[in-house]
Amino acid sequence: MAIIYEKSKGLTERPLTYCPGCSHGIVHKLIAETLVELNLLDHTVAIAPVGCSVFAYDFFNCDGVQAAHGRAPAVATGIKRVAPESIVFTYQGDGDLAAIGTAETIHAAHRGENITVIFINNAIYGMTGGQLAPTTLVGQKTSTSPFGRNVAHQGLPIKVCEMLAAIPSSYYLERTSVHDVPHIRKTKAAIKKAFQYQVDGKGFSMVEILSGCPVGWNVSPVESMKFIKEQMMPYYPLGVYRDGGAEI
Amino acid sequence: MKTLMKGNEAISQAAIVAGCKAFFGYPITPQNEIPEYMSAAMVNAGRVFVQAESEVAAINMIYGGAAAGVRVMTSSSSPGIALKQEGISYLAAAKLPCVIVSVMRCGPGLGGILPSQSDYFQVVKGGGNGDYYTPVYAPNSVQESVDLTIKAFDIADKYRTPVFVVVDGTLGQMMEPVEFKPVTPYQIDVDSFATNGQSGKRGYRNMVNSLNLSAIGLEKSNFELKATYDEIRKNEAMYESSVKDGDEIALVAYGVPSRIALNAVKALNDKGVKAGLIRPITLWPFPDEAFKLPASVKIVLVCELSMGQMIDDVRLALNGSVPAHFYGRTGGVIFEPEELVDAAIKVVGGGK
Ligand SMILES: Cc1ncc(C[n+]2csc(CCOP(=O)(O)OP(=O)(O)O)c2C)c(N)n1
Ligand code: SF4
Repeated sequence: MAIIYEKSKGLTERPLTYCPGCSHGIVHKLIAETLVELNLLDHTVAIAPVGCSVFAYDFFNCDGVQAAHGRAPAVATGIKRVAPESIVFTYQGDGDLAAIGTAETIHAAHRGENITVIFINNAIYGMTGGQLAPTTLVGQKTSTSPFGRNVAHQGLPIKVCEMLAAIPSSYYLERTSVHDVPHIRKTKAAIKKAFQYQVDGKGFSMVEILSGCPVGWNVSPVESMKFIKEQMMPYYPLGVYRDGGAEI
Repeated sequence: MKTLMKGNEAISQAAIVAGCKAFFGYPITPQNEIPEYMSAAMVNAGRVFVQAESEVAAINMIYGGAAAGVRVMTSSSSPGIALKQEGISYLAAAKLPCVIVSVMRCGPGLGGILPSQSDYFQVVKGGGNGDYYTPVYAPNSVQESVDLTIKAFDIADKYRTPVFVVVDGTLGQMMEPVEFKPVTPYQIDVDSFATNGQSGKRGYRNMVNSLNLSAIGLEKSNFELKATYDEIRKNEAMYESSVKDGDEIALVAYGVPSRIALNAVKALNDKGVKAGLIRPITLWPFPDEAFKLPASVKIVLVCELSMGQMIDDVRLALNGSVPAHFYGRTGGVIFEPEELVDAAIKVVGGGK
């Protein structure tokens, strides 16, 4: 019988531990497929953050390292510098990448580290129970912003692609979304491009992926996809923020 | 052939001789000669040097480099070591070998840049979370700094643990003749743990991790660490002692102050006060053995450039056998031999 669909060889046998309707699973699949398609799996190192994806080292079928909260880009730097022939990527949430680890993110980009960052922007701290993230939208209620994010009090949400776009050595930055199939396909293409740039030694590449956290947001999986489209996308415009390969 | 070198530079060269493949650091006085030396020497040797954006980033680069299975080193001074503590806890938990040089300055807070030993607790008792220890070498000369730095890399690999080399600012800046002998590094089995992106060649994937959400599982890994620490305690304690039967008092000091204490011991013996010197070379494991003293020794005087930190371990080692007294200066003030002589005479005199 013809096989119509099978789990990517880029993922281990271990069942994912994410909540039903969570976008982490979709993005894991896209990364796994990319590593297989580009033939990178057997020389890749995945760096898991602190956050819901802390077990990512258990899921990606390659070498895996679990890093301290926010420090994945520094850990990636250490590995890539001593093993330049390896492919190194970090997988980070918004708390990890844009709050506690902002310095590591900015400086890895500034050094033009030849690594790939997959940034899951779900506008919340999932793992610790739905607290305010640097990316939480204005007015959005979380367990530590019960009255909604108030600009006067918590400031505006951080736009990471826009911030990193100011850094000349960021080679490739794209913001995508996984709220429907066409966008999932676009996200896959962006991830593939980011890894290809690393293979080609181009330097720092990051894909920011607008993702759903139905449990943290306290909505159904379907509503979470709607929230990405209707609430997140207007504030976080999709698109390519830097592409060294496209510039002439 | 001997060459004249500053302590900090000698430590750097020792790391290169020991096969250190990557150095990650951040500037702070009084250890700047180390990253400065490494920034040229590592690059000239075709190795890796990165000046990180902070000590936090530097120790996590170390975590990455060590995870990839090569010899790595970082250095810092007291406030910087404070920032590295989380990373050191992760390194210990993930059983990653590395060498961390701490050139102690005085605190607390921003404190000052002068030499001090007020960060004994910081390196010996940890500061990162969890049940972990790190071996700590405390040389008292430039040559010993070289020898112990080279040894530190071997001990790190042998026991798969971060290892400290601690000196105070004096030793870092002091110039003495040194010799670098050829090194045969301990052969670590890289394939058994390293996440260097060679799962294809190896035939299996490796994981570096300190997370374990099962109570029984995490307890087991703590027991494994404990077994390693017990081995280190059994095998690796180092000290020097001149205490002999007939001595009335033992002075205890480590690092450069032990050289001042040695002068004080000589002066005491000249004055007819029979004294010896115990110099712990490893601060962890603490050389308890050295404190099994002859019955003639009635008192111990611990001399530190702090308000009294190692004295806690001395007291534990003595286990109440004889009283331990303390003499210390701090803030960057360094005691003179005469001060130690006076302090020793005072305590030996007891109630007289
Ligand atoms: C030093 C440190 N501070 C805080 C925590 C607690 N913590 C665990 S996960 C997390 C937030 C993760 O949020 P995010 O990065 O957005 O990832 P998500 O869980 O949403 O995928 C925090 C604060 C920690 N483990 N370590
Ligand atoms: S809490 Fe949110 S981000 Fe975390 S697994 Fe659940 S849905 Fe996903």
